[in-house]
Amino acid sequence: MRRLAALIFLVLSSFAWAEETKLNAEGEQRVKALAHELRCLVCQNQTIADSNADLAIDLRTQIREQIQAGKTDRQIKDYMVARYGDFVLYRPPVQSNTVLLWIAPFVLLVGGVGVLFWYLSKRRKLTGAQQFSADDLQRADALLENSSTNEPSNKKT
Amino acid sequence: MAKFLIPLVIFVVLAFFLGRGLSLDPKDIPSPLIDKPAPVFSLSQLDKPQQMIGTEQLRGQVWILNVWASWCVACRDEHPVLVEFSKTGAVPIYGLNYKDQREPALNWLQQLGNPYTASIFDEKGRVGIDFGVYGVPETFVIDKQGVIRYKKTGPVTQETIQTKILPLVKKLQG
Repeated sequence: MRRLAALIFLVLSSFAWAEETKLNAEGEQRVKALAHELRCLVCQNQTIADSNADLAIDLRTQIREQIQAGKTDRQIKDYMVARYGDFVLYRPPVQSNTVLLWIAPFVLLVGGVGVLFWYLSKRRKLTGAQQFSADDLQRADALLENSSTNEPSNKKT
Repeated sequence: MAKFLIPLVIFVVLAFFLGRGLSLDPKDIPSPLIDKPAPVFSLSQLDKPQQMIGTEQLRGQVWILNVWASWCVACRDEHPVLVEFSKTGAVPIYGLNYKDQREPALNWLQQLGNPYTASIFDEKGRVGIDFGVYGVPETFVIDKQGVIRYKKTGPVTQETIQTKILPLVKKLQG
């Protein structure tokens, strides 16, 4: 049992961040939250929280030190953006050059729904145009009945 | 008619965007530092630990900052190009020795040649972060006022020097 506990501890500790600066629990939470918001530029599709690239480790250290120095989350993000550009933010900010990125899905959705309704109404008009008189319908019924009773290949018989 | 036209239009639009996506380099991230003053730093020189070198001393001239490290494989490809370029004396090249150690870095220069007017020793990579360095090698062109005018991420080639760097340097010096 003790060995198991030791093993679990060993595995867990390998996930722990190796940075030296110690922070209180709230500070740790902020480091984690910020690290999840920032992109690792070396690996691009990972946050710096998920990456073990050298740069990601350095940037986590930066976050830690800045939190210790009393910087706000906003200030720390601005610091990163000033150096690495908007790309460093995992969630792109809404601004003039990203408007298309943000609204395009909704435009597509509205457009798609629009096309769907347009298509459906067109179909309805098409089928609605074929009106039969009561006489025609009766004749059609009679014909169908006939064929269903007389047809030798019909499954009913 | 519309039956054929609509899919055709959709295809052309898609082909345009996908084709454009293919020709873009996702590793090439525009630096927000272009046309901004170069970060202020003061670090010791690689070969002379007692001597400091900083932004202030470099003001008043057009200079190139090349970020390199002895552990960086791509720098090895780039190095002969820089050595060759430095021989023309067109512009001083300063090295930023990024997250490296003095001994291997000095050995590296001794073996492969030293294109740098001086190398700045950035052991912790702090100045690197200030310059937004994320993939060594990186190269910056900085003007007389200390403003960053150009950045290249990845190895500089003979072509980059001839088509981008040299014309810009000439313009800034003139």
